[in-house]
Amino acid sequence: MPRRSIAAGLMAAALLLGSLVAPAFAAEAFIVVQSTTSTQNSGLFDNLLPRFTKKTGIQVRVVAVGTGQALKNARNGDGDVLLVHAKPAELKFVEAGYGVKRFDLMYNDFVIVGPPKDPAKVGGMKDPIAALKKIAAAKAAFASRGDDSGTHKKERALWKQASVDPTKASGKWYRETGSGMGATLNAAVGMGAYTMTDRATWIAFKNKADFKILVEGDTKLFNQYGVILVNPNRHKHVKVKEGQAFVDWLLSPEGQAAIAAYKVKGQQLFFPNAKK
Amino acid sequence: MQDFGAAFGEAFRLILTLDAGLLEIVVLSLKISLSAVALAGLIGLPLGAVLAVVRFPGRAVVVTLLNALMGLPPVVVGLIVYLMLSRAGPLGVFGLLYTPAAMIIAQTVLVVPIVAAIARQVIEDMRTEYDEQLRVLGIGPLGMVRTLLWDARASLLTALLAGFGRAIAEVGAVIIVGGNIDHVTRVMTTAIALETSKGDLALALGLGFVLLVIAVGVNALAMGLRRAAARGAYA
Amino acid sequence: MTSPPPERRNEAVLPVEALGITLRRNGRRLLDDVSVLFDGHDFCALMGPNGAGKSLFLRVLANLVTPDEGTVRWNDRLPDRRRAPKLGFAFQKPVTLRRSVRANIRYALAACRIRGAEGRQRTEAALALAGLADLARSPARVLSGGEQQRLAIARALAVEPELLLLDEPTANLDPASTAAIESLLRGAAYGGTKIVLVTHDIGQARRLAETVVFMHAGRITETTAADTFFDAPTSSAAEAFLAGRLVL
Ligand SMILES: Nc1ncnc2c1ncn2[C@@H]1O[C@H](COP(=O)(O)OP(=O)(O)O)[C@@H](O)[C@H]1O
Ligand SMILES: [Mg+2]
Repeated sequence: MPRRSIAAGLMAAALLLGSLVAPAFAAEAFIVVQSTTSTQNSGLFDNLLPRFTKKTGIQVRVVAVGTGQALKNARNGDGDVLLVHAKPAELKFVEAGYGVKRFDLMYNDFVIVGPPKDPAKVGGMKDPIAALKKIAAAKAAFASRGDDSGTHKKERALWKQASVDPTKASGKWYRETGSGMGATLNAAVGMGAYTMTDRATWIAFKNKADFKILVEGDTKLFNQYGVILVNPNRHKHVKVKEGQAFVDWLLSPEGQAAIAAYKVKGQQLFFPNAKK
Repeated sequence: MQDFGAAFGEAFRLILTLDAGLLEIVVLSLKISLSAVALAGLIGLPLGAVLAVVRFPGRAVVVTLLNALMGLPPVVVGLIVYLMLSRAGPLGVFGLLYTPAAMIIAQTVLVVPIVAAIARQVIEDMRTEYDEQLRVLGIGPLGMVRTLLWDARASLLTALLAGFGRAIAEVGAVIIVGGNIDHVTRVMTTAIALETSKGDLALALGLGFVLLVIAVGVNALAMGLRRAAARGAYA
Repeated sequence: MTSPPPERRNEAVLPVEALGITLRRNGRRLLDDVSVLFDGHDFCALMGPNGAGKSLFLRVLANLVTPDEGTVRWNDRLPDRRRAPKLGFAFQKPVTLRRSVRANIRYALAACRIRGAEGRQRTEAALALAGLADLARSPARVLSGGEQQRLAIARALAVEPELLLLDEPTANLDPASTAAIESLLRGAAYGGTKIVLVTHDIGQARRLAETVVFMHAGRITETTAADTFFDAPTSSAAEAFLAGRLVL
């Protein structure tokens, strides 16, 4: 093949490269939101963000990772807004000066799902503590996120209240997947193990097989989401105006109504509870 | 478990209807990986050629390192590039994190060792054959590098294709530095990871099928190249 | 590459002189105080048994191998390949580039900065001379062994070298290919190119050579006019070689 075509190929590649890199430098109105997989996987963002963008012209780019990772990324300044569900960690984040202020945004709840055989006989229970005790006593398989996510933090807190240290059985009946909620659900379904998930992810999850919700309804399973603007005093590049606009909108009656209006299969997944 | 039939049905529906969302993801994937391979070629080919031609102290170390880097897990590359591009990192001021540019950089880092290592091997073999003839013609080291790069073009294109195969199929690096942002940095592999985590195995399989078709295409191209090269005894 | 390459290209090499060349490897003296002067236009055959050091010596002359002792001088100067000297080399196993036959010749010309109209004209002339005009567009590597060797020689001759060194160019070829190459060499010699041909083939040396240089065990044992050499070799090694006895 002639040299010319190679040169042309390289030229084309360079142009391609330019076209891809250029937008990164363009002054486009967008913000980066560090958030959790549950909000993304449930489809909430797909529903909320277009409304916000339509109103303000601000594009919202969501990076959905575990809460622990989201907090770390935000601490590094790799985001303008943080939207997660681990209140103590969030408060610490703000206290350390990485966030401006934390606002309650909405809540959903956790449920414990499991196989229809229900070897630990927890079906229909309300109290998650009692249920976890029974699961541990029966040495029934339990899949844990094991990834320091908000859900994982919550799960560990519940085990602690049940006075059980499941990590002693790690690798036996207690199985830490070290993965996101979806991957952990896939694993639980595959292994016939119990697992704890947020309701939103569960309702939207498509690979349930014959798994069912076995434990639900107790206030101990309450899952509070908060929203924080990353502190511009720490990271000068934070887009304060746009980020604040997003936070304000989420907390406004309009944003709260939009959260309440989001339903999957007729079920409301998130319950807005921003303080007026 | 959803059955295979449903998954494939969904896959074909997406492909045959040229689903806009799917198309956007496929096009972005191709743009990013092709750019990364082009960059990796610009860096890796001369690097491999120079390593094959020029003797210098520490060359063996560099060659060993290069071979080792070929097996670098994408997640590690992703992590390193993340640390570099993060606002808290040394290159943070450019604001490249969570952009296609960051993904191109990560994939380039992944592919350069492959291209350079294969290029070094191929060119070194050819150099043993060409060396005296080129020297008699008065060709210096630089000219030798150029000549060898051109004469090894068939094998080097195969090396680039191998690099492309690695780039287009990896998920670990791009998901960290790209963030899998819808319409911005979502490529085939990160979309597959996302759909799997949603339990939407049909859509994941559909995308996986597209990826498979691309992989088969790339390999067919590589094979065709080898055939053509053999026909002209260029290999 | 510390100094930039000299601007002057295609520099004269004759006379080529070797003075006290000694080459040691693993404690063996592969070349042992070899001196020779190549000048004039006579067709020279370099002969000797296997392992005598002919190939090594040819490489030393072409400045491809640096001797441990002694010097090679081209036209009274130390060799510098970067000046693209008027010196051609054909190896026993021809090295053809992975390009078309024509591109192989153009490559050698370009290395001497001969391009443009003159480059094209010389390329076609070289192709015609080697009888490769019909094959000009084929990939060089699909050619037969004889054709590839013809190409390698035509490529070396295209830049009009003063001296052409050949290392057993017909060792693996059939009689027809050998004849084609011999006529190519005869033509080049007739055109004024000094030729040094390493060959084992006594018949070939008889057909072509005007002078014979005989090597044995890393030394030159005699340099004689061809007629004299074949009739009355002076060294015992050469005598044994010609008589077809084993030379040890
Ligand atoms: N690079 C090398 N290292 C060690 N020995 C060599 C090397 N090259 C050639 N020799 C030895 O030098 C001797 C002369 O080799 P050569 O010049 O190829 O002989 P010939 O006269 O048959 O062409 C042989 O004994 C060969 O084994
Ligand atoms: Mg020899």
